Amino acid sequence: MAKIYLDPITRIEGHLSIEIDVQNGKVVDAKNKGDMFRGFEKILLGRNPVDATQIVQRICGVCPVSHGIASSKCQDAAFGIKANKNGRLLRNLVLGANYLQSHILHFYHLCALDFVDITAILNYKGSDSGLKAVQAWAKDELALKKGRIDQISAVSPFLPRYEAKDAYIADADLNIAAIAHYLQALDIRMKAHKMVTVFGGRVPHLMGIVPGGLTHVPTRANIREYKKYLGEVEKFVNDVYIKDVVAVARAYSDYFKLGRYENLLSFGAFESDDSGSAFMFQQGMLSGGNVAKLDTALIREQVRYARYKSASDLHPLKGQTEPDPHKGGAYTWLKAPRYDGKPMEVGPLPRIAISYLSGNMAVKKEVDAVLKEFDADISAVFSVLGRHAARAIEAKLLCTQIREWLDELEVGGSPRSTYDIPEKGEGEGLVEAPRGALGHWIVIEDKKIANYQCVVPTTWFCSPRDDRGNIGPVEQALIGTPIADPANPIEAARVVRSFDPCIACAVHVVEGDRDISQFRVC
Amino acid sequence: MALNRRDFLKLMGGTAAVFGFSGVLLQGCKKAIKEAAERTPVIWLQAQSCSGCSVSLLNTIEPDIATLITEHISLNYHQTLMGGTGEVAIRVLDEAVKKQRKDFVLVVEGSIPTGSEEYCTIGMLNGRHVSALEWIRELGKNAKAILAFGTCSAYGGIPAAADRRTGLNPTGAKSLSEILPNATIINVPGCPPHPDWMIGTILHYVLKGIPELDEYNRPKLYFGKTVHEQCEHLSDYKRGRFAKHWGEKGCLYLLGCLGMDSGCDIPNRKWLGGVNSCTGCGSGCIGCTESVFPDYGKRGLYKHLMASLDEINALEEPQIRAAVLNLRNGGSING
Repeated sequence: MAKIYLDPITRIEGHLSIEIDVQNGKVVDAKNKGDMFRGFEKILLGRNPVDATQIVQRICGVCPVSHGIASSKCQDAAFGIKANKNGRLLRNLVLGANYLQSHILHFYHLCALDFVDITAILNYKGSDSGLKAVQAWAKDELALKKGRIDQISAVSPFLPRYEAKDAYIADADLNIAAIAHYLQALDIRMKAHKMVTVFGGRVPHLMGIVPGGLTHVPTRANIREYKKYLGEVEKFVNDVYIKDVVAVARAYSDYFKLGRYENLLSFGAFESDDSGSAFMFQQGMLSGGNVAKLDTALIREQVRYARYKSASDLHPLKGQTEPDPHKGGAYTWLKAPRYDGKPMEVGPLPRIAISYLSGNMAVKKEVDAVLKEFDADISAVFSVLGRHAARAIEAKLLCTQIREWLDELEVGGSPRSTYDIPEKGEGEGLVEAPRGALGHWIVIEDKKIANYQCVVPTTWFCSPRDDRGNIGPVEQALIGTPIADPANPIEAARVVRSFDPCIACAVHVVEGDRDISQFRVC
Repeated sequence: MALNRRDFLKLMGGTAAVFGFSGVLLQGCKKAIKEAAERTPVIWLQAQSCSGCSVSLLNTIEPDIATLITEHISLNYHQTLMGGTGEVAIRVLDEAVKKQRKDFVLVVEGSIPTGSEEYCTIGMLNGRHVSALEWIRELGKNAKAILAFGTCSAYGGIPAAADRRTGLNPTGAKSLSEILPNATIINVPGCPPHPDWMIGTILHYVLKGIPELDEYNRPKLYFGKTVHEQCEHLSDYKRGRFAKHWGEKGCLYLLGCLGMDSGCDIPNRKWLGGVNSCTGCGSGCIGCTESVFPDYGKRGLYKHLMASLDEINALEEPQIRAAVLNLRNGGSING
């Protein structure tokens, strides 16, 4: 038995570390630990509710759109309003564009370096000027820094890296293509952010999200500009991204068997009508092979192994959180959310799997096309590669769907519903962030925030053990993963990164009405 | 694609005068950048951050991010982008401390918690989780320049804001200047900062030394003018035309816009290469480049037609005072 620590897990958002026990070359136990805490909900207390749409976006700079929309939706509920048609469509358009950005960033810039051999560039013999420039840079770095004080940083940020034997793709052409696509994807994800900015004002941290919709009145020029960037992104998704995911899956087909998890939860993504109850990707809970209807009353958060001394097993509306940095037995800043007592994976895979099993024909067509490449059935998707494929499929479907939303926009029409802040109220706002199910809950008293809580995607899947000792999805998915070289546990990193963790989101504080005196603000 | 003279000037604020280059120097600008800015090593630490500053950096257009990290800087440590994981990654920081490297620029994103070391740790050394605080103190000793990127790092920002009921902050979050009181720190605030501000400040430091700073240690070339004086809606303001609800035409002052109190050049520079701006999208400025963000005393961000009589009476132009009072008393917009 050997304990191995992966601290920090890089190429994710935020501060996460993993501790694994390896026996006979396989992971037999795992703990994932959130290593950062800020205390967001307490900072929200006593403020104007509308300020929350801005403040909560700072929970995460990778998915601020999701937090902003979840916040505006929980305020919609508390204020007794619904977004108007333009408001709903504009929310879909900025969120959809950020999905494209986030999924492309995740596959190419966060995960690809676990599969692609970046050093293949040194032997590049082709004539592409961009690749030749990168090659010249890499060679120069190695020569320049050899024997120097900063030798370790030659070709940074790509090196140093895990150097397990046979860890990376051996095919030279495949590596070169992937490096070219890594560079291209840097530009494409920026173009997706241009799409967000057209209606959101800026990104990260959109200016234009308010209760009832957005602040930016759509014009023909906006729509033209958005479509121009969409065209570039769509071409990349269809011609490059999907194919690269399939190529990686071919080279690493054993990852259809690794990182498996089968309790899945989706809140439903992208409202397809003004009622707010029909979605592009269906909501529901999948456990034991059956999809059940979503009931958020069944959500609880447990803290036995989390660094909090407040009560456990509370619904978010009643949530409390009191930090206890040195709590005995606790190993993380993440709580353990449970749905009907069970841990849940959330994210693109649950969205796609639940949509597929709910009879969503558009999803079924794309999923079956990918599965056919591998002669696999739907059970193959509950895996590391299934998660990557689910993101690519979502990106492809979104590019098509976004055009329809653009066509439905009322040019020059109001981008939001009006509202008045009530004396009292409470509301729930559910969104699917790129990383999965996200819920915000607000309680308003005297026109001020009296309680505010978020249960975010990464808290679900990077959850620690719960009160009964049941382990969380990522911990469970790690168990059984073969580790060829304990000094270079790249296999574990691949499993964790497939979930796309975001720790800044996951570690926040949910707090009730009690005063906590800790540190004076200078 | 190397940075040409035009791009460089754009990055630096648009005119040669701003940057203080003489015409002769400008001739050699491109060459100077190629030579002097030969990949300055950067160690970029994230403490209590949301990664928003890093994502904003990725949105750089001139230079694009690939050019930035292969031609202008050498990004030795950046948790979101680096290839290494775990011990392989942390060795970079450990060596920088042990070998007493003095060749790098230290960038810190996020506030730094002082309430407990456990509130933010980065990596493990000899079985011990090392706090962000400890890394910053160690790396700050020898760094050749220290830059606080983003409002959290520059002034504490949202993670350092108070719980309104108690006046207390949950984690004892501090700005970089409070952690390293004796160091010279350049603040590049913004939530997030524009990529030009971050890259421009690094390049200015490399080529010309520390840029001229204002009283909040911000480069004047980016933060020297208020949003209000550059605003797309300035003529509406001067004519007393105010938006009363989101999405209406007019100056956004009544919706809580903080452009009069905030220094930055976004209305001119705009986001993502000219696509849109905070005031341009109809939301107004939330003052994210200021040290008092997000509290503004007890005012908060969106006052939404709640300007006090004192505030209204303080408005200089009688015509505007009358327009605002009219609206406050239920009058119609632009009337």
